[in-house]
Amino acid sequence: MSTSFSLNGKSTTLDADPNMPLLWAVREVAGLPGTKFGCGMALCGACTVHLDGKAVRSCVTPLSTVAGRKVTTIEGLASKPAKAVQAAWVKLQVPQCGYCQSGQIMSATALLESNSAPTDADIDSAMSGNICRCATYTRIRAAIHAAADAIKV
Amino acid sequence: MTTNTPAASRSTRREFLKSAGTVGAVALTIGFEWAGATRRAFGGPVAAAAGAAFAPNAFLRIGSDNSVTVIAKHVELGQGAYTGIATVLAEELDADWTQVRVESAPADAARYANLAFGKIQGTGGSSAMANSWMQLREAGGRARVMLLTAAAKQWKVPVTELTVAQGTVYHAGSKRQAKFGALAATAATLPVPETVTLKDPKDFKLIGHHTPRVDASAKSDGTAQFTLDVMLPGMLVALLKRPPLFGATVKSFDATAASAVPGVVKVVEVPRGVAVVAKSFWAAKQGRDALQIVWDDSKAEKRSSAAIMDEYRRLADQPALSARKEGDAAKAIQGAARKLSASYEFPYLAHAPMEPLDAVVKLSANSCEIWAGDQFQTIDQANAAHTAGLDPQQVSIHTLYAGGSFGRRANPGSDYIVEAVSIAKAFGADGTPIKLQWTREDDLHGGLYRPMYFHKLEAGLNAEGQLTGWRHVIVGQSIVADTAFAALIKDGVDGTSVEGAANIAYAIPNIAVDLSTTKTGVPVLWWRVVGSSHTAFAVETFIDEAAHAAGQDPFTFRRKLLDQHPRMKAVLELAADKAGWSTPLPPGKGRGIAVAEAFKSFVAQVAEVSVGKDGQIKVDRVVCAVDCGTPINPDIIAAQMEGGIGFGLGAVLYGAITLKDGRIEQDNFNGYRVLRMNEMPKVEVHIVPSTEAPTGVGEPGVAPLGPAVANAIFAATGKRIHVLPFSSAGAA
Repeated sequence: MSTSFSLNGKSTTLDADPNMPLLWAVREVAGLPGTKFGCGMALCGACTVHLDGKAVRSCVTPLSTVAGRKVTTIEGLASKPAKAVQAAWVKLQVPQCGYCQSGQIMSATALLESNSAPTDADIDSAMSGNICRCATYTRIRAAIHAAADAIKV
Repeated sequence: MTTNTPAASRSTRREFLKSAGTVGAVALTIGFEWAGATRRAFGGPVAAAAGAAFAPNAFLRIGSDNSVTVIAKHVELGQGAYTGIATVLAEELDADWTQVRVESAPADAARYANLAFGKIQGTGGSSAMANSWMQLREAGGRARVMLLTAAAKQWKVPVTELTVAQGTVYHAGSKRQAKFGALAATAATLPVPETVTLKDPKDFKLIGHHTPRVDASAKSDGTAQFTLDVMLPGMLVALLKRPPLFGATVKSFDATAASAVPGVVKVVEVPRGVAVVAKSFWAAKQGRDALQIVWDDSKAEKRSSAAIMDEYRRLADQPALSARKEGDAAKAIQGAARKLSASYEFPYLAHAPMEPLDAVVKLSANSCEIWAGDQFQTIDQANAAHTAGLDPQQVSIHTLYAGGSFGRRANPGSDYIVEAVSIAKAFGADGTPIKLQWTREDDLHGGLYRPMYFHKLEAGLNAEGQLTGWRHVIVGQSIVADTAFAALIKDGVDGTSVEGAANIAYAIPNIAVDLSTTKTGVPVLWWRVVGSSHTAFAVETFIDEAAHAAGQDPFTFRRKLLDQHPRMKAVLELAADKAGWSTPLPPGKGRGIAVAEAFKSFVAQVAEVSVGKDGQIKVDRVVCAVDCGTPINPDIIAAQMEGGIGFGLGAVLYGAITLKDGRIEQDNFNGYRVLRMNEMPKVEVHIVPSTEAPTGVGEPGVAPLGPAVANAIFAATGKRIHVLPFSSAGAA
């Protein structure tokens, strides 16, 4: 059984169980390991990808539901806000263990793509679904503000 | 003098890698690459890799392409060890930071032992920098001397006329210069100097400056490789069904339904349960869900955690072993003008690193290759060898980035490694690479928790409000009993159970600290900051109660008792000063202070909390002062304090693993709540300037956070917290 969709801008057909979560389909079938497994229940955000531009948890998204739609993973980030987010992550030295950061960056990018000047409350609401056990939260917040400033100019 | 901005370093490194690839040099990035997705050059002699022109010691390789590869004996699990290790060596080498990359060392206690552990290669106890500080400075310094000598030889000039900076040797007189790569071949022919003069700290260019993390770029674009990301040709994925009760074993199982799941290759029984080996995670997961297992729970732990705590409460009044005794605490308290007492209850805690445990094992008749975010390399090597029926030297370990640990991967029993090896063995030991993947439920149910503890404290104050006696009883399991670390038990007292309590720094004339060590069927392990994860809370909230009983300010009460501990006193004063301790807060807000020594570092924190209309507590701000000796990387120190504060706050607010009739009641992050973005306070970190030897920063920031917040809650509400987590008492 195969599912066709756009993956990081490329038409892709994956031959896999349509009930397989998108997380495992992009990782093990498409061979894109940047998206991480953290909880399997949409509780931690480590698996966040963009589906038609919106942040979704790929660990609970069956492969079949993305048929004909646009999926972007950390490997496919290309927008101006995305690049600003990634540059701010490095500049402010956000990552520690780094395992959750793909998901954090995907959520932060989706936020900035829909809201180019988020407040702290906006950041809380967009980012509270992404757990970081290293608790890099203060730097994530600062990096989102820095990225917002960078895309303004 | 500082180094490049991180952004500049990022692009430079990328350009460098591109050119490195074209000249055919060692194309290893900061992270990990598998040549042809099979393996890379671990295990062999360190200098064996192509292009390694100069490898003067076990920690350094300089390529003819000017690359400086630092070999890390410690795992990078977020704490910044790779950057710190590279910084110290590169400092004495005078390397160009943009050319420095880090590679993990093979398991080898002879070359890569943690000097704080003896003959064990491993990471823990916030010791990575402390134990390698002189070792790596000398390694870098000796290599620098050899490169200078090589230049002097090539140019036929006196070595004293040469200078070196950022990977280049200069001769001013003849205006000649050469990069390290051009000198490497000659340097390799020279003897290693027996002694070396190390830099005066005032000349440090990397140490103490903003040296960017070597892993920040790869961890911001998804390319950093964790064990989860290991994909080898023909690799299978295994999920293991473990018993629902600790101590239960497999009585019988029916694999018919599991084997029928498409993609399932084999179902095998191993000592820890029944494993489903499949072509994908999803198939293994469905196969495991379909397994039918009958468990033998005749020897299992079937108690509830509440019943275990009841037993601990009773034990606190029974005779115990002495961990510290000065004067006669009981008598002093009995005769005191004012007596205080309190008890504290601490739950089991899971580490819950973001990367659920995983390991890849490729086992054949005479070799075992392991990929893991390995924290105890030579212990894991020995345990894997024992499981596989091989000699330790037949087991090679590729240490990858670990997606967090907080103590979980530093396991003397190597549980997840042993599981993976036992599955590969039961599968047939035919060289098929098998990745054992834990789920989050496996992680929370899998044991090796921070132990549950009960503390009982009593104190006496004289009429002048001075502490005259202090009695502290701790009840709980030993972390190191029956492990390779049992030497930490002295006269029956496990030092990890009483650290932070037995060494209480306050000047009190009569002190008694006792320990009652319990046994349960629940496996336990060290958890970030180990003993001080509970002792600091008890000591620092009880001393706060004593200050209030004495009618004194909690900061000045502590400070007066710390004259013999100037570094502890200094961080206390610094935190209070930076927090504006003496300035009043509006109603509904409170400020609390706490100080702790952990792993030879000193940390004080002032927390500010506000109480909402519904009584909800919000921690608004934490001011942190830390003395960790010579600050190697101030930004990483700050990051570790920030992270320790967030990690500690989640634990004291919500963290608890509980058992109901032996079954763990928390399954995932819904039941085991951790701190999230909206709950993270503002954090300010102040580092004490120091030229003392560096000490750890990964763990100590956790210790004072809980009591600082609890003391702030008291200041705001008048309520003391004696049962953790705060949410269990409705305080969060």
